[in-house]
Amino acid sequence: MSKVAAIIERCQALYEDLDFKAVQEWKNAAPKRKVVGYMPVYVPREIAHAAGILSVGILGGGDQLEVIQGDAYYQSYICRIPRSTIELGLTGKLDGFDGMLFPSICDVIRNLSGMWQILFKDKYVRYFDVPQNYEDNIGGTYYVHELEILRDDLAKLAGVEITNEKINRSIEVFNENRRVIRELYAYRAAKPWQAPTTEIYLLQRAGMVLPVEEHTQLLRDYLAATEAEPRQMRDNARVVINGTFCEQPPLNLIKSIEMAGCYVVDDDFMLVTRWLLDDVPSDGDALDNLSKAFLHHSASTSAKYETKREEKGQFLLQQVTERRAEGVVFACPSFCDPALLERPMLQDVLSAHGVPHTAFKYAENTGQMAPIREQAGTFADSIKLWSAA
Amino acid sequence: MTTPATAAMPASSKKPQVQKEDAMWLQKELINRNYQELATAHERGKKISATFVPGNLNELLMCFDFARSLPETNQLQNGMRKKSGKFIMDAERDGQSEDVCTYVKSDLGMMLNGQVGPTGDPLPRPDLLLLSYTGCFTFMKWFELIRQKFGGETVMLHVPYQGDGKINPNMRDYVVKQLKETVIPALEKVSGVKFDIDRLRQYMRESAKAEEDLVAVLQSAKNRPSPIDGYFGGVYYIGPIFTAFRGTPDASKFYGMLRSEIEQRVRDGKGPITPDGEMTSERYRLVVEGPPNWTSFRDFWKMFYEDGAVVVTSTYAKVGGLYDFGFRHDPDRPLESLAEYCMGCYTNLNLPQRIDMICKYIEEYQADGLLINSIKSCNSFSAGQLLILREVEKRTGKPAAFIETDLVDPRYFSAANVKNRLESYFQMIEQKRAAQH
Ligand code: SF4
Repeated sequence: MSKVAAIIERCQALYEDLDFKAVQEWKNAAPKRKVVGYMPVYVPREIAHAAGILSVGILGGGDQLEVIQGDAYYQSYICRIPRSTIELGLTGKLDGFDGMLFPSICDVIRNLSGMWQILFKDKYVRYFDVPQNYEDNIGGTYYVHELEILRDDLAKLAGVEITNEKINRSIEVFNENRRVIRELYAYRAAKPWQAPTTEIYLLQRAGMVLPVEEHTQLLRDYLAATEAEPRQMRDNARVVINGTFCEQPPLNLIKSIEMAGCYVVDDDFMLVTRWLLDDVPSDGDALDNLSKAFLHHSASTSAKYETKREEKGQFLLQQVTERRAEGVVFACPSFCDPALLERPMLQDVLSAHGVPHTAFKYAENTGQMAPIREQAGTFADSIKLWSAA
Repeated sequence: MTTPATAAMPASSKKPQVQKEDAMWLQKELINRNYQELATAHERGKKISATFVPGNLNELLMCFDFARSLPETNQLQNGMRKKSGKFIMDAERDGQSEDVCTYVKSDLGMMLNGQVGPTGDPLPRPDLLLLSYTGCFTFMKWFELIRQKFGGETVMLHVPYQGDGKINPNMRDYVVKQLKETVIPALEKVSGVKFDIDRLRQYMRESAKAEEDLVAVLQSAKNRPSPIDGYFGGVYYIGPIFTAFRGTPDASKFYGMLRSEIEQRVRDGKGPITPDGEMTSERYRLVVEGPPNWTSFRDFWKMFYEDGAVVVTSTYAKVGGLYDFGFRHDPDRPLESLAEYCMGCYTNLNLPQRIDMICKYIEEYQADGLLINSIKSCNSFSAGQLLILREVEKRTGKPAAFIETDLVDPRYFSAANVKNRLESYFQMIEQKRAAQH
């Protein structure tokens, strides 16, 4: 087996492991280890890391989990990720977790935080609110307090003190991870045939469960391995995927987009790993630095308010330009208000700038790929025709 | 999120004329007057603000002489007047997904169809979109969408959620700081009026008076028979105070008048007034969670009163403030009090708080059970309601039932289904009673 194949096989096993065995193994490897889960879109994982806690991204149950109990908690017109997450909890798959963080992304995840408090009374549960005001002395002050609460709670959970110095060291570790991810994304944009998005996706998913240091190393190994194994270049259309920041598309959907003739050159999968766009300074007041990074140097997504009309869509446009994308594929979860309400605004901006786009909806358990493959194929063909003309 | 509520009492199609309390006439006059004020605001040199009902800063907006529009209210009015269906389809044709909130689509559709409000009066575009971000994620997208399509300025007031079931000082300070440093300067800039804190205090004093009377009205439903319906009727009781009138002498007058009328009904041992007249037999006392359906509001209500069901209290009547749990606007700490008001609205509560509140209602209002009207549009209310149902049943031992409708999309109101569900629910209550005797 090639090196790349071995790395991807490992990631795939982690992706398919709905019992979080790797997490449990990490936990069992030393006494008193703690694990905290988090949902999309962003939590400051540095703080958990500084307490020696493993933070694990919970992204629903995918297309392999049979949701039975979870359906009894949600009406048919609510997206799927909360029900499969509840299913994971009720079937004991998250028993090894000591807590869960629910970031402020939408009303569904917000309300899920309260459901978790009721259903899993012995666990630490926190709704993690982030500011929608980006002034340091207003939103920043508020956010630093929120970070302090999180720091103190996690310190209590882990039974350790979380010093400023410890957080700074963790910031360095995560800076390193973010740097390699930036490299990985730049590499894919430069040579998409060498780094197919099904692989990038699995590598990023591995980052949801592995300790960050291990994940950084895994990405380095992948970059070296794939560069050493030349693959065939195709005349595909270069696209950015948008809308997938919470409920995840099935892996087959990503495969279908690629097989239909698209190179995905940027995306919004697992934004937590790329939320902070630059290195965070690691030599001052750590919480203040995390706050400033959030306020002034973070990604844009629907869950974040944009203060001015002119800002709307600029982040996406920049992705398109910098990655030399030829179009945007909006893939949004059904019933996802944030993604679906944002989409028309982004489409407007793209149209105004002559960027072609197409859109469809999915659920994490969508099985029928033929229509999506067809739509993505037609889109890729039209881009190619248009660029040839 | 789904919010109220300046709904005029719907007129019955039956003759003779529908029965109304005097206060109802006054309420209708207030609503119409506000639409006229909006229609003529620009001619009169006034600016128009739009803001959402939960956490609305009416007293503050009045300090800057804004004419005040409330988008959810406009859309529920369109829903009641059967105009929303077309607006929603127009918005969908314009690129909105069929999956998202129908208030948003109805509003966008209304704007796409020109600047005419629900009463037929002109409804000019707002000069300022005050994004009071309380209890509903969709609010943010709603105003971003309007700004994107029709222009205008937005100002954000981010109201932190009570994830831990309480308001901590950091949350309050954050809201106060935003008011001082972001919201008030923006209001000054757009209106050209300088902020006067004493003016704000005066409005808040007036608000507190009306709030006192509103609570007396809402809590009158603890009587048997209840003199009011706290959901269908409640919508009209909360109308002025949840919208453009809180803080005005008109609102104080309205609530004073309403309170005396209701107190008289209590003394006379009378039931609630419905569009078909007074309800004479009270067979079931219910607590309702979730907003009403507006497109078939009257038919929906009828399904209750026809069977002798009265809603003694509802969570929906608390989306614009939890006055019955003691909150009052406090003129001595104006900005802090506004902050606490915003954070205290119903949909800003976490699920355990909502469950506690409903259980308390069932006990205090001696209700027979809980009915949840689950609204397709509204995740802020709907996500988690099935757990609320289970927990409330478990804790109170009272039967609970679940129906599904929508706010203003007529495609999602199935009268036959709702009626069936309600009838089985009433039977369930009867069986429970029989078992207890
Ligand atoms: S998929 Fe969308 S609506 Fe569902 S939980 Fe995630 S962000 Fe919220």
